[in-house]
Amino acid sequence: MRWLLIGTASLFLVLFLFLPLAVVFGTAFSQGIGMFFGTFADAGTQSAIWLTLVAAAVAVPLNTVFGLAAAWCIGKFEFVGKSTLITLIDLPFSVSPVVAGLAYVLLFGAQGYFGPWLQAHNIHIVFAVPGIVLATVFVTFPFVARELLPMMQAQGNDEEEAALTLGANGWQTFLKVTLPNVKWALVYGIILCNARAMGEFGAVQVVSGRIEGLTNTMPLQIEMLYSDYRFVAAYTVATLLAMLALVTLVVKSIVEWRSGETA
Amino acid sequence: MPGFGLSLGFTMFYLGLIVLIPLAATFLKSSSLGFVQFWHIVTAPRAMASYELTFGASFVAALINLVFGILVAWVLVRYSFPLKKLFDSLVDLPFALPTAVAGISLATLYGPHGWLGRPLEAIGIHAAYSRVGIVIALTFIGLPFIVRTVQPVLEDLDVELEEAAASLGAGRWKTFTRVLLPTIMPAALTGFALAFARGIGEYGSVIFIAGNMPMRTEITPLLIVTELEQFQYADATAIAVAMLVVSFVLLLAINALQRWSGART
Repeated sequence: MRWLLIGTASLFLVLFLFLPLAVVFGTAFSQGIGMFFGTFADAGTQSAIWLTLVAAAVAVPLNTVFGLAAAWCIGKFEFVGKSTLITLIDLPFSVSPVVAGLAYVLLFGAQGYFGPWLQAHNIHIVFAVPGIVLATVFVTFPFVARELLPMMQAQGNDEEEAALTLGANGWQTFLKVTLPNVKWALVYGIILCNARAMGEFGAVQVVSGRIEGLTNTMPLQIEMLYSDYRFVAAYTVATLLAMLALVTLVVKSIVEWRSGETA
Repeated sequence: MPGFGLSLGFTMFYLGLIVLIPLAATFLKSSSLGFVQFWHIVTAPRAMASYELTFGASFVAALINLVFGILVAWVLVRYSFPLKKLFDSLVDLPFALPTAVAGISLATLYGPHGWLGRPLEAIGIHAAYSRVGIVIALTFIGLPFIVRTVQPVLEDLDVELEEAAASLGAGRWKTFTRVLLPTIMPAALTGFALAFARGIGEYGSVIFIAGNMPMRTEITPLLIVTELEQFQYADATAIAVAMLVVSFVLLLAINALQRWSGART
C-alpha cells in the first residue's frame, strides 16, 4: 500500500514536473553546444535579455518597498478596513495577466484615457519599455507583501516597543529590530517576485507590441522564436529562465532550512 | 509605534496607482458601451464557447490536482523514501518556471512527436492542440496550490487520532474518509479554489498546447488578446470586465474558505 502510494505520487510528479524540465534542457542542447551558444550572439536575443533585466530591476525594488510599507502598517497597527486592504493587495494574483495588460492599454494606449495627452507630449508608454515595466510591476505587486505579512503579524510589537523605550527612533527600530526578524521572509518574497518579474508573459505581451530588439522580453522572444519554428533557439533562451526557476527553488530550500534553524 | 501615517499612506497611494486606477479604468471603459451592447458582446457564441472551455478545463484540472495533490502531500508528510527532498522542492516548480517556458515544453512533450505525445497518439489520444492539452497545462500550473495548502495541515495532524480510529475497529478506508478527509477538507478546498482561479486567468502555458481554434480550443484570455490585436477594444474590454467580475467573486470565496479552514485548525 505504502509503496503503491509513493509510486503513484512519484510517477505523477515525474510526468508533470520533471519531464517538462528535461525537455527544455534536452532540446536546447540537441544540436550541440555550438548551436546553444550561437543563439546568444543574436542581437534580438541579447536585447530581450537586457529588457528583462531592466523590467525586473525596476519592479522588484518598487514592490519590495511597497511590501515593507504594507506589512508594517498592517502587521503593527489596528485600523478600520484592514481586511479589505489585505484583499485588495491580493487582487493582482486573481486578475488574469492579460486583463492587467489590457487595463494599462486602456489608460495609456492611443485609444486610452491618457492617450491623446501622452501623444501630444510625445511620451510612449504602451508598446514601449515603460508599459512593459508597469505590467511587470502589476503582476508581481503582492509577492513581497504576501511573504512579509504573516511574519510581521506573528512577531508582534514587543521588541519594537522595547527599542523605542530605550531611545531608538522609528527608522533605527525598523532597520535594527524589525528587518532582521523578517529577513528570511523578505529574501523569499524578493526571489519569488524576481522570478515572476523575469518570467511574465501574458501581461507583457499585451502592452509590448512585440518589436524584436526593442520591446521583446525573454519570454516574448521565446514565443517569437518558437512560432518561427526556431525550436533550438527558443529552448536555448528558455534554459536561462528554467535555470532561474531552479535557482529560485534552491534559494527557497535554503531559506526554509535557515529560518527553521533560527526559529 | 511610529510610521503608521507614512506606511499606510504609501501603501494606499501605490495600491491606487498600480492596481485600482487601471482596473477602475477598465470598468469605466466598458460602462461607456451601454448595457445592451455590453451584454451582446459578453454573450456572443464565440465568447460563450470560450467561457465553457476555460471554466470546464480549469475545473477538471483542479479536480485532478485535488486527488493527486492530497496524495502527494500525504506521501511527502508521512513516508520517507529516496529523493523525497528533491520531489518536495520540485513541487514549487510551476510557481517558479515562467509560463512561456512551461508552455513550449508541454507542447513539445505532448506534441505528436513528443516523448509522451507519440505513445498517447498510438492509443488514439491527441493530447496537444486539443482540450486534453489545455487540461494538461492547467494541471501543471495548479499543482502546487493543493499540495502546499494540505501539507501543513497533515503535518499538524495527530497520528494518535488515526490510531484511535483504527483501534476502534475502523478499516483503512474508513479512517481515511471519516477522520482524515474531514480534517484536510477545508484546506484542500482552499487549494482547489486557488488552482481553479489561477486556471481561469492562465494564458502563457496554455496557448502553445491549445491549438487556439475559435469555438473549440480558444480560452477566454486568448480571445481578449485576439480582439485587441484586431483593435476591437470595446469587445476586449467587455470580456475582460466579465473575467474581472468572476475573479472578484472567486477572491471573496477564497477569503471565506481561508477563514473557515483557519477556524477549523
